[in-house]
Amino acid sequence: MNAKPMDSNSINAKPMGTKKPANKIPNRQVICETLSELAREDRAITVLASDSRGSAAMAPFAKEFPEQFVEVGIAEQNIVGIAAGLAHSGKKPFVTSPACFLSMRSIEQIKVDVAYSGTNVKLVGISGGISYGALGMSHHSVQDIAVARAIPGLAVVLPADRHETKRMTEALVGYEGGVYVRIGRNPVEDVYESDEYEFEIGKAVTMREGTDLTIVAAGETVRVALDAAEALAEEGVSCRVLNMHTIKPLDEEAIVRAATETGHLITVEEHSIHGGLGAAVAEVVVQRRPVPMRIVGIPDEPAIAGKTSEVFEHYGISAGHLKQIAHELLGR
Amino acid sequence: MNSAELKIKAAQIRMDLLRMIHGAKTGHTGGSLSNTDILTALYYRVMNIDPARPKWEDRDRFIASKGHSVESLWCILADLGFFPKEELKTFSQFGTRLIGHPNNKVPGIEMNTGALGHGLAISVGMALAAKRDGRGYRVFCLMGDGEQAEGSVWEAAMAGAHYKLDNLVGIIDRNRLQISGSTEDVMGLEPLEEKWAAFGWHVVSVDGNDVDELVRVFEEAPAAAGKPTLVMANTVKGKGVSFAENVPHWHHHVPNDEELAQALAELSAAAEAWKQEGQVR
Repeated sequence: MNAKPMDSNSINAKPMGTKKPANKIPNRQVICETLSELAREDRAITVLASDSRGSAAMAPFAKEFPEQFVEVGIAEQNIVGIAAGLAHSGKKPFVTSPACFLSMRSIEQIKVDVAYSGTNVKLVGISGGISYGALGMSHHSVQDIAVARAIPGLAVVLPADRHETKRMTEALVGYEGGVYVRIGRNPVEDVYESDEYEFEIGKAVTMREGTDLTIVAAGETVRVALDAAEALAEEGVSCRVLNMHTIKPLDEEAIVRAATETGHLITVEEHSIHGGLGAAVAEVVVQRRPVPMRIVGIPDEPAIAGKTSEVFEHYGISAGHLKQIAHELLGR
Repeated sequence: MNSAELKIKAAQIRMDLLRMIHGAKTGHTGGSLSNTDILTALYYRVMNIDPARPKWEDRDRFIASKGHSVESLWCILADLGFFPKEELKTFSQFGTRLIGHPNNKVPGIEMNTGALGHGLAISVGMALAAKRDGRGYRVFCLMGDGEQAEGSVWEAAMAGAHYKLDNLVGIIDRNRLQISGSTEDVMGLEPLEEKWAAFGWHVVSVDGNDVDELVRVFEEAPAAAGKPTLVMANTVKGKGVSFAENVPHWHHHVPNDEELAQALAELSAAAEAWKQEGQVR
């Protein structure tokens, strides 16, 4: 079965298909480079770290812009409070801190000082999901999306690769309001050929057209979804892939279109199956266009230790497992 | 305002907040009475503010980290003309913006507070921005003494000293009572001044219900260049109302009709006395 012609409203990406060049640049480094470029012109851009300038790859920024960098030490509540005070005084703070701590230890500051007070603070959770694979549940952040998307007005963004990370970072500088961003620790394979595509916070990217079912992914699982779609195509199944880089505000129309046009949905995320991308999509599907749907992610347990690829495989966040679920959903 | 005028103003604010709490049938009475003199000194004498331009860039900032004692603040902002005094009648009523904690939808309020242990970190951010931008404004942050048990207070205390924020003044409303009883019984804080000094702050201890003393230390700050100032304002919870002073349940006790009448009578008498003393001088 062939993909239907591209819809000019939704297709604006140049996905990589199965080509997988070895990318050595982690997304955190891209954020540092992009912010450095912008910070030369925009002196309000201020990066904060909680003894995390190394793990956030922000050491070059700290060195080049000492007057636009704030170190707070290992104090995640403090980093968000200080960022809110800076934002209130006209700065554009980017808090860079491990996602596991930033999304949990600081959540009251995020709720009150950022969301409630309406300060323009960007919260960049680094080494998110199960990036810190072997370090255990204390260092995993697979509840962060659930928590962040429950905070009124807080946007939630997960870029899929280095190109999207660049576009997202540029967009964040011009975006007024609180945003929680989650990125992983290691370099991820490209899903775009370049950063020459339309990126807009709140607008999903159709990575691949399809008519039989849709896989909705975000962050590092976009690559997995594309691989699954490619494998399904070889078996004659036409699978759409939506890159839902913004989980909040959610692109509801893209989901309703996918449900209407393809009739079956699978979500795949590096997050608990409770409250994340799958839950967000399901909220739209059950209320606006009920269709059979499956949620793939980390089950309700402390995640197993291992490299990202091993942990993904263990929990079925893999092309093979997605393909199997697709066949079950389609009754084939 | 001179000394007598400040004291008369403080008595008037106390009467306003008691009427407001009585009308709304809710409020944090004890803490608002204890911090009234601190706020009066700041808003009517010390802080560089302009009610006509609440977002003026060079204004001094006030952050009520002990957000629950908001009643005195609402009454002062209304008195100064940040919003109509008539609106005080809506305090805590359905749909009001004058809720039980500072709300930055109201002109004059910088940030929403209420969750304890947040205000000092925010104030550090504001003071740091002033330093980096070469602006002369100062940041005043009022904390509760019970609030000192929050670990985040001490994270911010470290940062304030680390960044040498001598444009930052922390104030502790040291009334020694919190909702469950004595601060020293609930979670011992002493030696509190030594703790702040050990964290690198310049500590000044004053009678926190004496506006003259308060004005003096606020105007002297920073007495130590390169250090943030901590004003230990030793106050009396329920100050100005004889039967509320140092009584824990007045933390959020709402005065009944008789209590209100008696409290207003006491405060009017105090204001009258200051008026006469002011004329004598």
